[in-house]
Amino acid sequence: MMRYLERRLVHSVLLLVGVSLSCFLLTGLAPGSFFDEMKLNPQISPGTVAALRSEYGLDQPLPWRYGRWMKSVLRGEWGYSFAYNSPVKNLLVVRACNTLLLTSLAMIVAWLLAVPLGVWIANRSGRWQDRVSMAGTSLLFAVPELVLALGLLYLVVRTHVLPAGGMTSAEFERLGLWAKIRDLAAHLVVPTTVLVLGSLPILIRHVRGSMIEVLQAPFVQAARAHGIGRTRLLFRYALPAAANPLISLFGLSVAGLLSGSLLVEVITGWPGLGPLLLEASMSRDFYLVTGVVMASTFFMVIGSLLADVMLVVVDPRVWTD
Amino acid sequence: MQRKRKLVSAVIFLCSLHLAILLAGFVAPTDPTAQNRDFPFAPPTRIHFVDAQGHFHLRPFVYESASSPDGLYQYHDLHEHEYPVHLFVRGSEYKFAGLLTCQVHLFGVDAPAQIFLAGTDTYGRDQFSRILYGGQMSVAAGVLATGISLLLGLVVGCIAGYYGSWIDESVMRLAELFLVLPWLYLLLAVRTFLPLHITPAATFFLLIAVIGTIGWARPARLIRGVVLSARSRKYVAASRGFGASDFHILRRHVLPHTYGLLLTQAVLLAPQYIIAEVTLSFFGLGAGEPMPSWGSLLANLQHYNVMVSYWWMFAPALALVLVSFGYLAVANVFHEQLQSGSI
Repeated sequence: MMRYLERRLVHSVLLLVGVSLSCFLLTGLAPGSFFDEMKLNPQISPGTVAALRSEYGLDQPLPWRYGRWMKSVLRGEWGYSFAYNSPVKNLLVVRACNTLLLTSLAMIVAWLLAVPLGVWIANRSGRWQDRVSMAGTSLLFAVPELVLALGLLYLVVRTHVLPAGGMTSAEFERLGLWAKIRDLAAHLVVPTTVLVLGSLPILIRHVRGSMIEVLQAPFVQAARAHGIGRTRLLFRYALPAAANPLISLFGLSVAGLLSGSLLVEVITGWPGLGPLLLEASMSRDFYLVTGVVMASTFFMVIGSLLADVMLVVVDPRVWTD
Repeated sequence: MQRKRKLVSAVIFLCSLHLAILLAGFVAPTDPTAQNRDFPFAPPTRIHFVDAQGHFHLRPFVYESASSPDGLYQYHDLHEHEYPVHLFVRGSEYKFAGLLTCQVHLFGVDAPAQIFLAGTDTYGRDQFSRILYGGQMSVAAGVLATGISLLLGLVVGCIAGYYGSWIDESVMRLAELFLVLPWLYLLLAVRTFLPLHITPAATFFLLIAVIGTIGWARPARLIRGVVLSARSRKYVAASRGFGASDFHILRRHVLPHTYGLLLTQAVLLAPQYIIAEVTLSFFGLGAGEPMPSWGSLLANLQHYNVMVSYWWMFAPALALVLVSFGYLAVANVFHEQLQSGSI
């Protein structure tokens, strides 16, 4: 078992290195840089721009820059942002925590809804409840997250029941602890709902699919013949048997959730990695872009490692590999 | 039989949407860049059947609209004269299907009345026309990117599946890397490293190339699987025994196995790529003004007052949902067919 996890860990590290290398290769291909806009400014002399470029090492060859970046990663700085004039790490940590809060909450809510719903639909397979929910998930699946986010925001803005954007209210600092939590929760509702609605159709369909497969297995028939109750049969006997592909799906769905979260963050003004990446992308702040992409890859890697560990815990067959 | 009927209706729905977008110049009543500075943020024109005297008209008509004195962007109808909606009217010049210069539009009303089916934007440009033309950008980008993605996937998947050994191993590792990364982060990162200020046409092709290239991994993996199973067939061995070249075997005996997969993948990928284009241009990283795209049309909603006051600015979202629903309906039928094993 440890060997298996060890191998996965090595894979993950290689993946991170691969992503950072590709980012640097792309910067090598990129025409122009952050300082190009400065060249247009008559108040800044070409000498100043050249000095800045050499200070950040932009006039050096790519391998040298990669080496320098690696060193700064090992120092825990993750490169240096041109636009913010500060180490990337200082910018990343806060934003990454916000994104983590949003995505993990959305993930928990989505799975808590999807598993019982999927199991219930699988239990009703072939009847009208099944058909109605399948039609519902197809409809929901056809609505892109962009549209979901805009639509929900419209509702909120029109009804004024919830704050429409950002992460905290203006007077957040002056609130007590309990009021702070309530304020944050109110701001979380809209982005979380969009993410949950966006990922729910796929999750429900997968839960239903793997449950239907298991419910046809002989051991379920045998359990039913023993007179085991319906609920106990579904959740205690069938669900663990169907859990295997779902855990793999959990690992895979992290990437989709992060992408959705980027979009939702930009639209609802949630101060996460998304708006940071968009800003950095517009101003061609290479190290910041690389940092954000690395952070998102890191989350994804953590997600799939978590899925691997869960797989080992749930399914002893994986050990013997 | 029922499945066939479902497929036919879904395909007809999808094709009519695409046809309307392809023939945007004909279906749209006005030029998408024509500005009516007197009618900024005009609501969708009401189409009437019953006039002020209570008479019923078989042909629908509209009233001329004028801005009200009691507020900015407020309009009221002038009830003196009815302007019937005519089919096949002469209007502004456009290129029919991009080739023939033409003046006939599907519908329209006589001046001075105007017909805005989906209202107007800040400059008084007809939203309905802009949605149709914007569809040309978004849908074409999605479909072309799908083509690129499938072509890349086909080539890579064939090579990996057919030659196997270390080529297969390394290609599939790379594919895994592309599959697990959050696509939007990847897309934005790649877009960063490409020039920002270029002509709209160049941006368009750049977007297609980026979206299509990033998505190569999924089709490549699936095609590799099909090629792998096709390679071990007995007739391939026989063909090789007769001295057929690798290229011949791939083309004659292996490729036909991938057609079904290519079709289903195309139907699944196209809406995703359309959404990708819409997302990028929503962020302002796509082709810019004056050429509309569904993303840049939706970007108007980022202004608080536009979102609150002018609900018709959501119309592009409806178009996007309709197209993505059409693709999904076709994909669903394919999926059912695959499950019942009769393709």
